[in-house]
Amino acid sequence: MSLLLLQLFNGISVSSILLLVALGLAITFGLMNIINMAHGELIMIGAYTAYMTQQFFQKYVPEAYFDAYFLASIPLAFALAFGIGWLLETLLVRHLYKRPLDSLIATWGVSLILQQLARTIFGAPNKAVKAPSWLEGGITLTNELILPYKRLFIIGLVALCLVVIYLYLYRSRGGRNMRAAMQNRQMAACLGVSTRRLDAQAFAFGSGIAGIAGCAIALLGPIGPALGTYYIVDAFMVVVLGGIGKLVGSLFGALSIGVLNTAFEYATSATVAKVIVFTLIIAFLQWKPSGLVSVRSRSLD
Amino acid sequence: MTKKRKNLFSALAVTLAAAVTIAGCGSSEQTEGGSSPAPSAAASGGEIPVGVLHSLTGTMSISEVSVKDATMMAIEEINAAGGLLGKKLKPVVEDGASDPQVFAEKIKKLIQKDQVAVTFGGWTSASRKAMLPVVEQNKGLLFYPVQYEGLETSPNIVYTGATTNQQIIPAVTWLLQNKGKKMFLLGSDYVFPRTANKIIKAQLKAEGGETVAEEYTPLGHTDYSTIISKIKSAKPDVIFNTLNGDSNVAFFKQLKDAGITAKDIPVLSVSVAEEEIRGIGADLLAGHYASWNYYQTVDTPENKTFVEAYKAKYGKDRVTADPIEAGYFGVYLWAEAVKKAGSFEVEQVKAALKDVSVKAPEGEVKFDAETQHVYKKVLIGEVQPDGMFQTVWSTPEAVKPDPWLKTYPWGAEVSGQK
Repeated sequence: MSLLLLQLFNGISVSSILLLVALGLAITFGLMNIINMAHGELIMIGAYTAYMTQQFFQKYVPEAYFDAYFLASIPLAFALAFGIGWLLETLLVRHLYKRPLDSLIATWGVSLILQQLARTIFGAPNKAVKAPSWLEGGITLTNELILPYKRLFIIGLVALCLVVIYLYLYRSRGGRNMRAAMQNRQMAACLGVSTRRLDAQAFAFGSGIAGIAGCAIALLGPIGPALGTYYIVDAFMVVVLGGIGKLVGSLFGALSIGVLNTAFEYATSATVAKVIVFTLIIAFLQWKPSGLVSVRSRSLD
Repeated sequence: MTKKRKNLFSALAVTLAAAVTIAGCGSSEQTEGGSSPAPSAAASGGEIPVGVLHSLTGTMSISEVSVKDATMMAIEEINAAGGLLGKKLKPVVEDGASDPQVFAEKIKKLIQKDQVAVTFGGWTSASRKAMLPVVEQNKGLLFYPVQYEGLETSPNIVYTGATTNQQIIPAVTWLLQNKGKKMFLLGSDYVFPRTANKIIKAQLKAEGGETVAEEYTPLGHTDYSTIISKIKSAKPDVIFNTLNGDSNVAFFKQLKDAGITAKDIPVLSVSVAEEEIRGIGADLLAGHYASWNYYQTVDTPENKTFVEAYKAKYGKDRVTADPIEAGYFGVYLWAEAVKKAGSFEVEQVKAALKDVSVKAPEGEVKFDAETQHVYKKVLIGEVQPDGMFQTVWSTPEAVKPDPWLKTYPWGAEVSGQK
């Protein structure tokens, strides 16, 4: 029984990580139709920011405050990834709107550059990120059922990100303008919305979320130059399965992939589970090409 | 129209920039140490070209660059001491780029164009299997420095890393005697873990152990929550870990989060050495075990000199590890054979290798002509909080290599050899 609960928790936990990784992509790919292959590297930048903050705290901050480094690294990672996202949009992506294939190739080039840059700066081997002590251990419910604090923290972080994105998109003036621009660019421009600035803002915002994802992943997995490549395929899967253009879709996409993956993995093996899940996704998209949640709008046809 | 053209240019510019950056990084590493090869001059002049072929780019560069560093250090030491047979060694460094096909092409180039006397290199079994037919056809000589799954002998390859009876099999025996009978086998999904686990299962069956589960995850896998659930329900005495690369980071981080300590279920790894521990975090690994033939902490005068020289040359935060050491003493083993043969000719060196031995950092290492491998001591090490190993058990003598498992009653069913 407790193992079943543990597996359910694992499923939700995997989903939350998938969602966190995919949220930024849901904005850049889902809303803006930019295939950003460098999304994984923005995640990597977030992870290295966590590492750098840790190094900084170890050297210059009194030991008693060391555990605060992780909290400091989250806004830092957001800011850094936001800035790089903004640069990327202004220098490159801006010139490639409406040309998804070109944006794919150009951002893939950026992804390779960023990876090599990380390798030059930090070296090829992994860097160790130490989790703050308040995230060590977990809630022990029974002998077998331990819910690690790190995973609970990530679930909380994802929920917070979702709320912030929701408020931004649906309750703020900037977000409303953004959605207007996504749905009908000309009309929005006619009504006085600066679509150009909005594009940069949206792309940078999506990148910033990727930076936060990087911080979270640093708690669970490796920090290396190739970090982003492990997650990029899953992130695209989540957005495509969920339905492009809807944040709710990404939520459902992440939940179904995460829970199904852990369930199949428990019943079979990691490799077989991946095959089954990918097969199911392909079959599902044959049946419903627009994904789990489709957009009812003529403008995106 | 002009705008469209501008867009095209910017896309092109970025792609080009990417290409230049990557090619630039690759070539700058390639030229390190080995300047442009001039085969005819090298062969006739005062220098003897030797090949150094490792992945300097790609996923395997993480591991292979430090082995290349150690090999280069040995070559420089020999040159500083006056060279070999009155000639200086001239390293020709090539990049295998983590791609077996590239390894095959590069070693062909080294043998045919650069006319190297010997090549040191390779890490993955895939790269070795790709180089094997090339060195055999071209009558070259390759020194391969990494532990592997065994079941191979080539007259043109000298294996300076461990075969299974010098690493995995003694580790299983030690675990059975000291940690318990129920083993959980966890590995990455490719040839080495699968072959290793085949051997372990046969051995456990023969020696009264039990395989409670056998799990594989894809290379680069990063979520181990479900595997850990399986570990919890299987309740093994010990986990035998053949995961490779980054997956180890995720596995050990998540194992600790799930509340499983080294005291509850110890993990014995065969692909985690000092170098890898730095990237995983020593606190996550403390108390767990590894099986190798060399640790940085090995107490021999040769090792003291080796570690000091390595740190002085490459930085005091660098560590040495088993494959690094094997990449280092391989050069000396070859040099001994050259001295004995009085020639750099491959056939004469091969004949002279018989019964050659050197004092390596790990201890006396002797070449075994029958199997093309070397005798090695086996050491079980426990990870300390500082990321170094403490040897908790070792074989009294260097173990004779047995890549085909001929000395084990259960060996025939694994190797397929009668």
